[in-house]
Amino acid sequence: MNILVCVKRVPDIGARIDLTEDRQAITTKNLGFCISPHEECAVEEAIQLVEKHGGQATVLTLGPADAEEQLRDCLARGIDRGILIETDQPEWDSRETATALAEVIRSEADKEPFDLILFGNESADSTGCQVGIRVAHHLNLPCVASVKKLQIGDGDATASREVDTGWEVFSLPMPALITVKEGINLPRYPSLRGTMKAKKKPVDRLSADKIGASLKMQQLVHPPEQKKEVDMLGEGSAAASRIVEVFKALEVI
Amino acid sequence: MILGVIEYEQSTMTELSLQMVTFGRDLAEKSGDEFVGLIIGASDNAPLIGELGRYGVAKVITAAHENLKDYAPVAWANTISQVIDQTQAKMVMAPGSDQGNEVMAHLAARSDLPMATNCAAVSADDLSRITRLRWGSSLMEEAILTGDCKLITIAPFVVEAAEGASHAEPAEESFEPTLSDQDIQVRLIRKEPDETEGITLKNASVVVGGGRGVGSPEAYSVLEELAKLLGGAVGCSRVATNNGWRPHSDQVGLTGTRISPELYIACGISGAIQHLVGCKGAGKIMVINKDPEAAFFGKADYGVIGDLHEVLPAIIEELKAQGV
Repeated sequence: MNILVCVKRVPDIGARIDLTEDRQAITTKNLGFCISPHEECAVEEAIQLVEKHGGQATVLTLGPADAEEQLRDCLARGIDRGILIETDQPEWDSRETATALAEVIRSEADKEPFDLILFGNESADSTGCQVGIRVAHHLNLPCVASVKKLQIGDGDATASREVDTGWEVFSLPMPALITVKEGINLPRYPSLRGTMKAKKKPVDRLSADKIGASLKMQQLVHPPEQKKEVDMLGEGSAAASRIVEVFKALEVI
Repeated sequence: MILGVIEYEQSTMTELSLQMVTFGRDLAEKSGDEFVGLIIGASDNAPLIGELGRYGVAKVITAAHENLKDYAPVAWANTISQVIDQTQAKMVMAPGSDQGNEVMAHLAARSDLPMATNCAAVSADDLSRITRLRWGSSLMEEAILTGDCKLITIAPFVVEAAEGASHAEPAEESFEPTLSDQDIQVRLIRKEPDETEGITLKNASVVVGGGRGVGSPEAYSVLEELAKLLGGAVGCSRVATNNGWRPHSDQVGLTGTRISPELYIACGISGAIQHLVGCKGAGKIMVINKDPEAAFFGKADYGVIGDLHEVLPAIIEELKAQGV
């Protein structure tokens, strides 16, 4: 199988996010970076599929020169090759990103077609939930989003996603584009050996045109602090009787 | 006209759909537009129309076609696109669920329009000015949404679902889209019910959650015991999943399950924003943490400073002493 995974460099999950003075961006000083949680699982899924079916996996990102760090991290986990669409423009909206990615994927596929293209369901920073689906339309590929179980058959795939009452199961012909959610697998951490090997794996650098934003960000703001009045019930095991009183008042017992 | 795409399960509107209808109806009232519900491919429209009436929606379009019998994202998007052409809708909104986001992304892609997901506010003066939640709700983006028809999804739990001031039987208009078999190339082939029976994280009235502070997979047994006594379920933070202590299906948070119990008891969880998003729907939150500076205390209704390994056994003992 020839598999492509698309990822995005984002600040570490759980990090404190501060804004620049003009509120056009977040301050990236002192921040660590990673790829989005759903994408970590997309990378893991690609590695597992290659382990099972043979072939190779490529990771693609659009971002600053420093995004090579995230590509190398994916290579250390077991991806074979990286492609960086390098840009010094911080904010690309989903439509712009998808157009640039699709163009590069098309020219890569001309050399060797992809059987499967994987995305995370959404990026952790922008939460747009649409880049993968837009790329699928550009490339005229069948697509299912939010997938938590994936089975590759002979020329087709079965993809399932979780709903309140259980699972929805979809069937789709290959080649296909799938966006995955955390839970589809448990991503591995890069090994020391993998990290050493990743240094020698190829990373191509390309550029792309920005078509112009159609969702035009004006500014970023912190939501108003919603502090609750917390009722402190005590310290340690001595609080147990008051806790049980609260259970009674809330009628949970 | 503002069009709201209704999501339903077995002839009942989903909670996020009710929130979206509440949001859309109130916005339309302020902007002087008509809010119209769009039901696609339902086998029985009547109960959904009745529910929309209670939520103050005066008009409903029901779309039916052989190729809409099973959910198919492209067929859904194509149907909405044809309804937009016919009605000249200014805005289309859907709930910010997996399905809502998926359908709207297909619609945006095929129409080459921008789409704003996870919206928390829309200006009634100018429907193009939106505020959307980013970074697991820790940041808000104010943006201008271009395009003739504004496509948005509504962030979960930014409004509470509320019935309308007036209840009326909505006017129904049926619509038959033109669809090809290409539109159902990807479609739902079957549904599999949840294997876990009884109390689950999604339906539990009490959830006992554990994070980094639990320390090991074995130590969750005390959380399980408390959950059992309270007739609840055990949840966990992302740290616990990533450490392999608990399965991902137990994870509460942005990339896990969004829970809405009457009481959430969070033990040894610091309260990162990605976790808080997942328990926004909880009626009351009790935080047990040995670190008095834990951010979670600022979002809690009840707080206990202490080591969960001491506090939880004491609660269990007290409950048993009282015959629970």
